[in-house]
Amino acid sequence: MQAQSSNISIAFFFAFMALTLVITYWAAKRTKTTETFFAAGGEITAWQNGWALAGDFLSAAALLGIAGIVTSNGFDGMVYSIGWLVGWPIILFLIVEPLRNVGKFTFADVVAYRLSQKPVRSAAAIGTLAVISFYLIAQMVATGALIKLLFGIPYSWSVIIVGTAMLIYVLFGGMLATTWVQVVKAALLMAGGAILTILVLAQFQMNPLRLFAAAAERYGDNVLQPGSRVVTGQWDAISLGLGLMFGTAAMPHILMRVYTVRDVKAARLSILYATGLIGAFHLMVFVIGFGAMVIVGPQAVLKAGGGGNMAAPLLAQAVGGNAFFGFICAVAFATMLAVVAGLTLSGVATLCHDLWTNVIRAGKATESEQLKVARAATIIIAVVAVVLGILFEGQNVAFMAGLAFSVACAANFPSLVLAISWKRFTTQGAVASILVGTIGSIVLICLSPTIQVDVLGKALADIAGAWWFVPLKNPAIVAMPVSFGVAIAVSFATAEIDADGTFREMQRRILLGSSGPAGAGTTQRKKG
Amino acid sequence: MKTSSKTLEVEMVALARSRLTVAASLSIAMIAIYFGFMGLFAFAKPVLGRMLATGLSLCILLGPLVIISSFLLCLVYVYWANNIFDRNVKSMLGQA
Repeated sequence: MQAQSSNISIAFFFAFMALTLVITYWAAKRTKTTETFFAAGGEITAWQNGWALAGDFLSAAALLGIAGIVTSNGFDGMVYSIGWLVGWPIILFLIVEPLRNVGKFTFADVVAYRLSQKPVRSAAAIGTLAVISFYLIAQMVATGALIKLLFGIPYSWSVIIVGTAMLIYVLFGGMLATTWVQVVKAALLMAGGAILTILVLAQFQMNPLRLFAAAAERYGDNVLQPGSRVVTGQWDAISLGLGLMFGTAAMPHILMRVYTVRDVKAARLSILYATGLIGAFHLMVFVIGFGAMVIVGPQAVLKAGGGGNMAAPLLAQAVGGNAFFGFICAVAFATMLAVVAGLTLSGVATLCHDLWTNVIRAGKATESEQLKVARAATIIIAVVAVVLGILFEGQNVAFMAGLAFSVACAANFPSLVLAISWKRFTTQGAVASILVGTIGSIVLICLSPTIQVDVLGKALADIAGAWWFVPLKNPAIVAMPVSFGVAIAVSFATAEIDADGTFREMQRRILLGSSGPAGAGTTQRKKG
Repeated sequence: MKTSSKTLEVEMVALARSRLTVAASLSIAMIAIYFGFMGLFAFAKPVLGRMLATGLSLCILLGPLVIISSFLLCLVYVYWANNIFDRNVKSMLGQA
């Protein structure tokens, strides 16, 4: 089966690579400043950025993973789909304007604006790099395994190919190339999803309810009802929801995209478009999952390997033949590649803009020096990602994606929200909150069944009585309130006169942007 | 000069407050919708599992509605911000 279609997949794969390399070549000629490298010079339109945001955010898990969960469990897969969407309105309502009007390239720009630059940026860099490392490792390992499954290329080579491609995009083309890779990928993904959905629904008189009824007839009504196999535990479900909602709202590679458009109006529109695209995609994946359940069958999907990930590709083969199977495999590949490129770029922005330029060089680095550092950082992140990806082969790292959302939710989100809205917020409060959120999430997950049972293979009964045992698989419900609490307590215990004084200036800037009237506080205060 | 900058200040505070009111109301609506749904999912599975028709359970109706309402709330905010709010900011700056 795979041998027959691999020629078609490989043809699609080469077409995608050729197109993205041409884009990178074109973008490389225009990437001469940090403004273009990190923010595409603000030249991306709202519509393009909406597609790029969707491309940045929709990972292979959104198509292959959720379709697989729906195929074997029914409704429960949708809990993830919904969780991955509801953070977007929060970004739009609370985050976009301050981020766009106050910051330059990263969310740490906003947190550090009124506070002491060096400690806050260093802490924010730890939070951001933790999020990016966990997410990147999860993506690299999943990618290696999936490419092996879809194309038959050995695992290590898959990881090296993906690492090299993302290195080329980011190193030479910066944000401009990465944006267009995301747009192409999102278009392919939406097209693939839409065709697959229509082909499935065509067998059910274009009525999804007939599809669901067919599934219920064969596997029982419980496939249409909430179960407890995918998300176990009541408070764990709430904790998962918190992590997904507020983690999405503080994902560094997503937040970075608000700087690529011309103004705040375009930034708002691009979030609206992205929300529409991602929502529509998740609705299609739900139909695809049930389609695979009825047309392919959960048993056949399980037998194909990859822990359910083959549901969508096998369905494509069943309803559209080998050519369509090849197309869906190539789309999945493009999806993985684009996500790791976006993550890498936001890691580079943190290393270069936050750590090098603003911490080590105290804001006094020249353009050419910053670009050199950015490119060195790109190479470092790509090499680290490939090495870790190869080292973790066959390891259960699926929890790392969830951990990335938890850290974003507990470390990045509280400090960002408080920096924007609370006058009494201090440097010490911000640093403590970010560190507690990051370390707290990691410690909680290490003591939970996620690591102890799923990764280390201990029996739940043996450890459930231990004093250190944490029954929650998702740490957000504990880590996020603790992080907020620490931020508030430490801020009250300390005082920062300068930060109080610049609060009004920051509020004006949030309202008016950097182009406000004279006297409206347009100059950014630099502090050592 | 002093009085005009003072009225500007007052208007600016009013504008910032109007944005906060809209943004906070919509955020609370989103959080209520989502955690309402997740609360049912976590604590009232039989309610969500009620079959409404052949092939349709309550959760299969509500799940997509959560997705659609997220988009609609975004639409409301962007319409308000890009038209009403931005126009008010512009007219305030025009006065200054």
